[in-house]
Amino acid sequence: MKPPTFDYVRAESVQEAVQTLAANGDEARVLAGGQSLMAMLNMRLLHPSVIVDIGAIDALNYVRIDGDEVEIGAAMTQAELWKRPECRQHLPLLTKALPHIGHWQTRNRGTICGSLAHADPSSELPLCLAVTEGSVVLESQSGRRVIKADDFQTGMLSTAKREDEMLIAARFPKARPGIGYGFSEFARRHGDFAIVAVAAVADGSTIRVAVGGIADRPAVLRLGDTDAMDEMLNRFAWELGGTDDIHATAKLRRNLVRTLGKKTIEDALACRG
Amino acid sequence: MPRLNKDQRSLVSLTLNDEAVSGHAEPRMLLSDFLRHELGATGTHVGCEHGVCGACTVRLDGKAIRSCLTLAVQVQGRKIDTVEGLADRDGTLSPLQQAFRECFALQCGFCTPGFLMTISEFLEQYDEPSDAEIRDALSGNICRCSDYNAIVAAVKQTIRQVKSVTS
Ligand code: FES
Ligand code: FES
Repeated sequence: MKPPTFDYVRAESVQEAVQTLAANGDEARVLAGGQSLMAMLNMRLLHPSVIVDIGAIDALNYVRIDGDEVEIGAAMTQAELWKRPECRQHLPLLTKALPHIGHWQTRNRGTICGSLAHADPSSELPLCLAVTEGSVVLESQSGRRVIKADDFQTGMLSTAKREDEMLIAARFPKARPGIGYGFSEFARRHGDFAIVAVAAVADGSTIRVAVGGIADRPAVLRLGDTDAMDEMLNRFAWELGGTDDIHATAKLRRNLVRTLGKKTIEDALACRG
Repeated sequence: MPRLNKDQRSLVSLTLNDEAVSGHAEPRMLLSDFLRHELGATGTHVGCEHGVCGACTVRLDGKAIRSCLTLAVQVQGRKIDTVEGLADRDGTLSPLQQAFRECFALQCGFCTPGFLMTISEFLEQYDEPSDAEIRDALSGNICRCSDYNAIVAAVKQTIRQVKSVTS
C-alpha cells in the first residue's frame, strides 16, 4: 500500500531534529534508513503527522573509537559499517552478524541505530548490543543520557526512549584479546526474520549467550564455564517460553536454543584471540 | 530546515540515468511511484510495496536500494539509476542483460529489473564471487516464475565475459 499522509522535515542537525521532536510529541517519527519505518508506513501500521529525516545529517555518519568502546553514529548504514576497517578490527561480533541482517539492498539503507531503536525481538543488532553489554546515547532538548542495552529495550518494539528523544549513537565495547565471539541464526530463507538467533561472548571465566526471536526482547544467559552447558541451555530454552506459530513449533525453537546455543558458544571459545 | 506540508507537492530534481530530470512529489510519495508515474520511467516494477520482493530495486548514488522504502523527497539532488539506463541508446543490451537472455534467466520478466540493478552493484564490488556470495546477494530479490539457477548462471557468464573482454 501507500503510506498515509505526513509532513516531512529534513533535519540538518541533531538540534533541529530534537527541536521538531519536542514540538510534536508522539506525533513525530524519526526516519533514518527507513527499512523498518517505511514498511510500517506502507502497511499503515503507523500514522505519524510528521516525519523527521535524520539520514542527511553528516555529523551522525561516523564510527569512532573512544577508549574501550566503539561509537557508531545514527546515520551510519549497516553496509557501510561492515566495510569499515574499524568493524573488522574492533567489532568481530558485528562483522559476523551484519551479513545476516535483511538483504543487500536493505543493508545499503538500514542503519545500526535505526534497528536498535526499532527494537524488533528477532533483530540481530539488539541481540549483539545485549550480549556485549553495550549502550545507546539518547539526546533531547533537555540533554543527553546514556542507557545500557538491558535497560533500553523494554519489550517488543518498545524501548526506554522518550518521545522527545532520539537515538544519536550506539556504543559497543571494543574487542579485547582473550575474548571470543560467536553468532548463528536460523531463518527460513537468508535475510528473513530469524526464528532463532544466538550471539555469544566468551572469555576465560565467563560466557554470555543471548537468544533472539523467542522472547519479547533479547534474553541473556550467563555461564561460568562449559561444564553444565547442556543442562543450562536446556533450562534456558524452556524459560524463554516459545510458542507454536506459522513459522516454527515451540519444540523446534527449544531445540534451536540447545543446538545453536552450544554451537555458538563453542565458536566463541574457539576464536578467542 | 524546511518543513514540507503533507499536501504540498514540491519540486524534486535529480539525475536519472545520467540525465537531469525533475517532477513533483508530496512528502508521502514513494520513489517507486515517483519514477513510474511522475517521470514515466516504468521499467522499475512494484511488487509487494513493503520491502520484501526486490522488484523495485534501483541504484541511489550507486547503491542498490528498494525504491518502495524510500521517499521521492529524499532523493532531491541525488543520482538514480534504473533498468532503463543499462542498455545502450541504440538498444544494444548490456553484457548482464545479454547473459540473462542467453541463460533464460527470465520468464515473465516482472522481477528482472530488480535483479539486474542488484547484480550491477554486486559486480562492481566482487570480481570473482563464489556461488554462495552470488546467492547471498540475490536473496533480497524474489522471482516467482523463472529459475534462480539460470539467474546465477547469467551472473557467472557475465563475469566470464567481462573478464575475457578486459584481459
Ligand atoms: S516492491 Fe519494493 S521490495 Fe517489493
Ligand atoms: S521472471 Fe517472472 S517473476 Fe521472475
